[in-house]
Amino acid sequence: MSSLSERSALLALRLITYLVVCTVGFIVFDIVIKGIGVVNWSFLTTNPQGAAGGIFPAIVGTLYLVFGAIVVALPLGMASAIYLTEYAKQGRLTNTIRLAIVTLAGVPSIVFGLFGLGLFVLFFGFGTSILSGSLTLACMVLPTIIVSSEEALRAVPLALRDASLALGATKWETIRKSVLPYAIPGMMTGSILGIGRAAGETAPILLTVAAFSLPQLPRSVYDQVMALPYHLYVLATQFPNQDEARPTAYGTALVLLLLVLGLNTGAIVLRSHFRRRNKW
Amino acid sequence: MVITMPAAFTIERHGDPVEFKPKVVARHLSFYYGAVQALFDINLTIPENQVTALIGPSGCGKSTFLRTLNRMNDTIDGTRLEGKITIDNQDIYKNGTDVVTLRKRVGMVFQKSNPFPKSIFENIAYGPKIHGIRNKAVLEELVEQSLKRAGLWEEVKDRLHLNALDLSGGQQQRLCIARALAVDPEILLMDEPASALDPRATARIEDLISELRSDYTIVIVTHNMQQAARVSQYTAFFMEGRLVEFDDTEKLFTKPKEKQTEDYVTGRFG
Repeated sequence: MSSLSERSALLALRLITYLVVCTVGFIVFDIVIKGIGVVNWSFLTTNPQGAAGGIFPAIVGTLYLVFGAIVVALPLGMASAIYLTEYAKQGRLTNTIRLAIVTLAGVPSIVFGLFGLGLFVLFFGFGTSILSGSLTLACMVLPTIIVSSEEALRAVPLALRDASLALGATKWETIRKSVLPYAIPGMMTGSILGIGRAAGETAPILLTVAAFSLPQLPRSVYDQVMALPYHLYVLATQFPNQDEARPTAYGTALVLLLLVLGLNTGAIVLRSHFRRRNKW
Repeated sequence: MVITMPAAFTIERHGDPVEFKPKVVARHLSFYYGAVQALFDINLTIPENQVTALIGPSGCGKSTFLRTLNRMNDTIDGTRLEGKITIDNQDIYKNGTDVVTLRKRVGMVFQKSNPFPKSIFENIAYGPKIHGIRNKAVLEELVEQSLKRAGLWEEVKDRLHLNALDLSGGQQQRLCIARALAVDPEILLMDEPASALDPRATARIEDLISELRSDYTIVIVTHNMQQAARVSQYTAFFMEGRLVEFDDTEKLFTKPKEKQTEDYVTGRFG
């Protein structure tokens, strides 16, 4: 009896797992099959012509936005994490701050988009621009960066901090020389994974930066850009002639998928590399 | 409350009174982790250039006491100290005390060896670099000297750039001692430095402690009473946060004054 329920539980769990894997596999397979025919050198390097043509400006735009978000969010997130784990007195206030950060991570992306529109585009007057878009994306990934950075900091053994402090190092010297060098790989990994997700977001950039079609590249951070996720949305919904737009949309989806996959793979390789090096 | 500190103190050594310069003096010392009191009115004078062992059952406060001497307890949230501790007649808890200078004077070796995941050289040079030594030749000299003092030089002189974590447990602990010596402390605090080591490595650490005594005042926490008897000249017995007895090690182990001490050293409990 018990062995029967044991076996059926195992079977059910296994089937559910396979189902999940199959779903992901099917999505990826579908995109690869339908997109691979479109993706070639000229697709990656030329401007769009209506529903056809290349997606060069969208690739560049997404890279700019991701880069901008990293530049803004990484230092801010790491600094907050250092403060929260190393300096802040652990108590009700710190716990409230942590709760706020976790809640922030759960805020829908369209809300971040509206927030960016209100604050960066209108209030600060940055207009719909790379600056506004990057800052909005940065706000969105900030909670992920803080949470994963805190984890990375806590993974550094307390004994190392003690060793450094006992030698007469100040707290900041200890953090700089004996904590950060071992925490930074973990901080980077978590952060890149978070940013990889943001790279595919449409809602935050829809209201703050993305251009429907913009054949020339931006000349400053105050310019608009095209971006892969928004371009994909446009291709999928805004062209009456879907026979022409559909293959381009699949190609765009494939490129976006590869970009995010590339970021994540990079993060994972980085992590396993440093894990091997830091053994304690 | 005015607390007066002794300028010199006399204590028996093998039955004869010997006068020592008091290196560390604790008077009416109480310590709290939040609402929990861990030390109760400790009065203890630690003689210069001697090894003083702190013994007692787990949770008796000996490690807590040790960590008050270099203010490592400051790193724990919610701790509080009452009373007074002086080192060379300077109150180390006075407002405005520079903890960095204090910890440079009072080195510490921990129970579990904790080398930085850096090279042997960088481990030893860590302290001196923090205290402003940049000159490579000076650092090299310091590293060699410290490793020699800790009896590790011959074993590692050809591989100073090896990661310290690749050393054996006993070597790692001697490296930690060398690292503490590199900042030229006057006092060395050791928190069960050999408890994680095999007997041979333990013997090496004990020999080392005896060698270092002439230059440093050593305070060692140990669970191992034979070890206390072997390495120390003086022993303090702690129980439930109180100092029960402090005496010449030989006397404390053979003719303890207090019943509790006798029960503990004869193994009747603990």
